[in-house]
Amino acid sequence: MHMNDSKLRPNLLAQQLQAVPRSGIRDFFEIVSTMQDVISLGIGEPDFDAPWHIREASVFALERGATSYTSNLGLLSLRQDIARYLQDTMGLSYAPDTEILISVGVSEALDLAIRAICNPGDEIMYHEPCYVSYGPLIQFAHGVPVPVPTSMENEFRLTREALEARVTPRTKALLLNYPNNPTGAALGPEEAKDLADFVLAHDLILITDEIYAELTYDQSHVSVAAFPGMHERTIFLHGFSKAWAMTGFRLGYACAPPELTDAMMKIHQYTMLCAPILSQEAAREALRRVDEDVEVMKSEYRKRRNFLLNSFAEIGLPCFMPRGAFYAFPCIEKTGLTAKEFAFGLLEQEKVACVPGTAFGPSGEGFVRCAYATSLDAIKEAIQRMARFIGG
Amino acid sequence: MDELLKILKGNALESAENIGKMLGLSTDEVRTRIAEYEKNGVIRGYQAIVNEDVLKMDRVTAVIEVRVSPEREGGFNRIADRISKFDEVQSVYLMSGDFDLLLFVVGRDLKEVAFFVSEKLATIEGVHGTATHFMLKTYKHHGVFMETPDAYERLKVTP
Ligand SMILES: Cc1ncc(COP(=O)(O)O)c(C=O)c1O
Repeated sequence: MHMNDSKLRPNLLAQQLQAVPRSGIRDFFEIVSTMQDVISLGIGEPDFDAPWHIREASVFALERGATSYTSNLGLLSLRQDIARYLQDTMGLSYAPDTEILISVGVSEALDLAIRAICNPGDEIMYHEPCYVSYGPLIQFAHGVPVPVPTSMENEFRLTREALEARVTPRTKALLLNYPNNPTGAALGPEEAKDLADFVLAHDLILITDEIYAELTYDQSHVSVAAFPGMHERTIFLHGFSKAWAMTGFRLGYACAPPELTDAMMKIHQYTMLCAPILSQEAAREALRRVDEDVEVMKSEYRKRRNFLLNSFAEIGLPCFMPRGAFYAFPCIEKTGLTAKEFAFGLLEQEKVACVPGTAFGPSGEGFVRCAYATSLDAIKEAIQRMARFIGG
Repeated sequence: MDELLKILKGNALESAENIGKMLGLSTDEVRTRIAEYEKNGVIRGYQAIVNEDVLKMDRVTAVIEVRVSPEREGGFNRIADRISKFDEVQSVYLMSGDFDLLLFVVGRDLKEVAFFVSEKLATIEGVHGTATHFMLKTYKHHGVFMETPDAYERLKVTP
């Protein structure tokens, strides 16, 4: 039976699922996928392939016969490597045997984290614009999404005032993503401390999605999880998709005190069993040579970011200077078009794809997301076409 | 390495204007810095990377290992300089290991290279052994693949 026939049987679909609106960018995806010669700034993944030595490690593991399940939590050796990596780079301490769970991407880890803590009616706060899955995952878990709008004027900062204005006795958790998709905002030590103080003051749980942690351009990454008192109430999420260009490996992890890890584990063991072993082997190799791999890509992104931002300034599009991740979020209000009109118009007239800001929540109106994890040649051409689109 | 040099090593044709936008410098600053690198000899020249295999040229390349006796003053330098002066010698490297100099030599055919080795190279005083290998195909040169593998198709828009 086709999904659209659900009118015939009103109770066919679960209520919490019906409450989730159809994704705003699905139509857009469908049009783009039928067009030829599109220059895309719409991709949330690096244009690099995963470094060869990482792919090779996966091939080697396959040849050796790595075709089995792993323990539910994931390979112990990988968890040990992750523990060491987080200690060395972010000052976070997690026990490999009880506090780290290897997941199928940060996507799964987000779902586990939210389902592990959310009772029906619990409120979970997060900044907006934000990654597309946050609101829906909270709704799937019968929770109440509480987006807190952020603005370009305020450098997309999540201020204490805005948070205090929306916190209620039902607030269970704060969900953060810095460096941020889609705005490029990143945290300095003071902002991070303010957020930690807020979480402590209201006795909340912190879920922190730090999938872009390695990709900061002007300052080094600060994890809110590292502040005193945070360990016991934090679920820290990270993965290999972005900094290592390993999106297709589908590998991430969640770190949390044993009680929370156990809770996530209950869901993971029955829904996923374990993350794919070949990806886990690849991830072990990825953590062996972080500096070389990540630095090469990052220095490339930094140049592309500078180029893109200087070009936006030239063609008259105001844009917050992204401090991390690989997205720029220019304001297109002065064109008189909505985010969707701009994105569709640019695609139809100039064959350049970018994502309307509203895909990341209503406060993304007036903006589009342009990924600079795209070749410099593509960025140059895209800018010329955008200039023509805005000009004429 | 300076980011400016990295950019030029990747694409020597990149415009000063674009480089400026990437590095946050004015176009003039970029030009001045490139001129300095040229003047002080850090930048030795600009060349295209050409896949000669597809040009069907009458040309062979030999890789030659050369054993030489170092000299009391100057070590290997005098002989290396002398060898470098021949037009047919493309590259000369001093190596560790079983031999001392590694040469890349071009010629019209095997005979021409063989002639160069026996008449010019082996007869230099201090050269006391050579081993010549002919190159059959180039897969990768100066970090650039000679054939572009089909890119695996990706989605055009993802969240
Ligand atoms: C903020 C954020 N979180 C999570 C994800 C999902 O990542 P993964 O590939 O690890 O599932 C993305 C991917 O775009 C992201 O931008």
